[in-house]
Formats: sequence, C-alpha cells, structure tokens
Amino acid sequence: MIPGSFSYHRPASVADAIKLLSSLGDEARPLAGGHSLIPMMKLRLASPDHLVDLHGIAALKGIHRDGDRVSIGAMTTQHELLASDEIARSLPILHETALLIADPQVRYMGTIGGNVANGDPGNDMPALMMTLGASYRLEGPNGAREVVASEFYQGAYFTALEPGEILTSISIPVPAAGHGYAYEKLKRKIGDYATAAAAVVLTMSGGKVASCAIGLTNVHETPLLATEAARLVVGTSLDPATLKQAAAAAVAIMAPAADARGPVEYRKHVGGIMVTRALTRAAALTK
Amino acid sequence: MAKTHVTMKVNGAEVEGLVEPRTLLVHFIRENLQLTGTHIGCETTHCGACTVDLDGMSVKSCTIFAVQAEGASITTIEGVANADGTLSALQEGFRMMHGLQCGFCTPGMILRAQRLLQENPSPTEAEIRMGISGNICRCTGYQNIVKAIQYAAAKINGVQYQEAAE
Repeated sequence: MIPGSFSYHRPASVADAIKLLSSLGDEARPLAGGHSLIPMMKLRLASPDHLVDLHGIAALKGIHRDGDRVSIGAMTTQHELLASDEIARSLPILHETALLIADPQVRYMGTIGGNVANGDPGNDMPALMMTLGASYRLEGPNGAREVVASEFYQGAYFTALEPGEILTSISIPVPAAGHGYAYEKLKRKIGDYATAAAAVVLTMSGGKVASCAIGLTNVHETPLLATEAARLVVGTSLDPATLKQAAAAAVAIMAPAADARGPVEYRKHVGGIMVTRALTRAAALTK
Repeated sequence: MAKTHVTMKVNGAEVEGLVEPRTLLVHFIRENLQLTGTHIGCETTHCGACTVDLDGMSVKSCTIFAVQAEGASITTIEGVANADGTLSALQEGFRMMHGLQCGFCTPGMILRAQRLLQENPSPTEAEIRMGISGNICRCTGYQNIVKAIQYAAAKINGVQYQEAAE
C-alpha cells in the first residue's frame, strides 16, 4: 500500500511550522509520530498534499517539572514517557497508560502530542489528560493560548485546534502525594484500541474518598469526564452499593459505536466494569 | 512529484538514493538497496515483520517515510551477524531453539529482540513476551522464540542457558 503523493517539509522551529501550515492551508497536515496518519494515508483515507514533519524541532521534546506541574513537549514519545523517572515518580498513571498503548515499536515513534491532538476517540491519552486536569498549549499564526483538555474535544477528530495551529506542549498538575490511580483498559489484543477504558485518580482521607476524577476512553465520540460518577463516590468508603451507583452513572453518559469490538450494550456494560475496577484498584493504591 | 535525495547509514555503510516523499522506508531498503531480508507482512503497522533498528529504536519500516530517515543509522537483518560472519547470539539462539518455522517473521523478531536485549540484558519471560508483542508469528506459538531470546541473553551474559522445566 502506497500513500498518495505529497510534498515533504521539515521545519526547524515552531514558528516555521506555523508559517508553513498557515500558508499551505487545508491540504497540509503536521506529522508527529505518524502512526495514526501514515496508516490512514496508506489506506487512502487521508491524502494530504503537504506533510509538515515536526521531528526537526528540538523545542518540542522533553519532560520538565515546574513546581507543582509537569510540562511535556508534544513530540515526546510514549517510549520516552516510559523511560522517564520524573513521570514514574510524579505521574505514575501516565506511565501505566503509555504502557497500554499499541506495542513497543509504535511507542518508539508515537508521541503524546499526536495522541492527544488527533481527536481520535480510541486514543488513550485524551481521557487521561481530562482526568488529570491537564491543559494544552496551542500555538498558531495569532499567538499562543492554553486550552484545558476538558474543553479541547468537540467530536470525533474535531478539536479546538484552529487552522495553522499546532499543539506544542502539555501541562499537567501533579496529583497529591499518596493519591491512588488506575487506568483500566479492555482490549481484544495488544495494539488494539480500547473496547472501553476508564482512568481514575483519587485521594482518600480517614477511609473515605476525599477527591475523585474519572475519565472514559472510546465509549463516545469524544473522551468523557464522568463527573456525576466521581461526585457519587466522594465521601464514601467505596462500598459495593456506591461502586454500583458510580458505574451506573458512568454508563449513563456512554454512547459508544457498535463496531468489531462489540455491540453498544456490550461496550457500555464493560465500560461500567472498567470504572468499577479502576476505582477499586485506585483506592487500594492510596497511602 | 519531485524526488528528494536521501543519505543514511545502513548496516554501517553510507547509502544514498532519490526517493519520492511517499516512499516508505521498507521500500527504499528492499527496492533501492536490494536488502530483501526486511519483510513486508501486513503493511498496516500490526505484524512487525518489517522491523528495523533506527537510531536505537525498533521501528516498523512500513510506517515511516524514507525521507524521515535522512541521516539515520539503520540496522537490518543483513547487518546483525558477527563481523567474522558467524551467527550473532540471537541468530544462533533462533537456530538452536527452533525459533522459526516458515521464517517470515524472523528478521523482524531478531531486530526487535536485539534492541530489547540492549535495553534489558536479562529480561524475564514476561518482559520478553511484552518486548516482542509488536511482532506476530503464525507458526511457532512463540514458545521457541521466547527460548531463543533467553538463549541469546544467556550467551551474551556469559552463562549457560538452562531451559525452564515445563
């Protein structure tokens, strides 16, 4: 399978990349890790006239702790996230989730920026970023702006990115020390997208949940925050009745597509199970 | 579409060529360089048969354009044997442990396993299985591939390979 013809551009700075994307217009696409875009191009489901490869821009790489936030350059690969002591220490749920993405080869190339910016409802990082309260830095012809992850996703492959804009970095508040976390992902095989997945970050105090955020992957055309489910568990000891209520509240906002991963009812059902498992495992990890 | 001049190092040798931007690295390797040990399996980034080592990363060469490899250092299966022509520890392991049947996945398996052992010289069985989870084999059921990698790890670490009791 051979992609359609395109012109290849490799800018050395964010400013040059924005200039190229703005001047080349709709038929230009930024190329990050390429492991979503290139397969789409080979299948001729995407046929951009221009690719603007971001690999030449050193400023888009790296992981930095700034006070109580971690900032991650958009071109940082999943492999680099997994190798990072800072991520393992400050954001263990990000390490756990990166390990569930695709396979080793794909993780050497696949980037966190591409994963969150593509708007694919099957990608794992978007729901996690919403759960963690992350924000994205978008840079374009009219300057830079910050958009919180929970306001970035508008529909399948539709995001807050404007023409000519690229997502350059992600800023994540570090969860409280002793927090519990879990990313539960049901998939048919290594390399598959989630049939359903749930991210949970919570804190406990005196045996009761003090704070909780729940994100859902691939059960709607956008990633979801299950705010009602999270509200239901705060103040409880996560007893069986509460877990059941929380899972039901999460299932109530799911609207997955029926596809090879199963019919709608099945995907919602296992989505509820992912929420229950993630809450239970996260609570057990709190200190 | 205008062609682009690319240069890279493949198995230690400087190579160059003229490619369209849409030329995939695997096609450049197989057709321009005539190194046909790198196989094309699924063409959809699933099977790992086209795995090569690129600047210290295992990559699926069907999912990267040749122009992206400009200046890179690449190893293919043709470059893994020892300098004196004898089999590398991994090649020997695949031979001794019957780590292949049809052999189609083997070049990708060996390139992936080589990088895995460089990053983790003494992997557990579970780490080996996770490490090769991007490579599909339809013959062996993976048992003997895992043993082949364990054999190679033992040989590289200078210890006697002991097959686990079944």
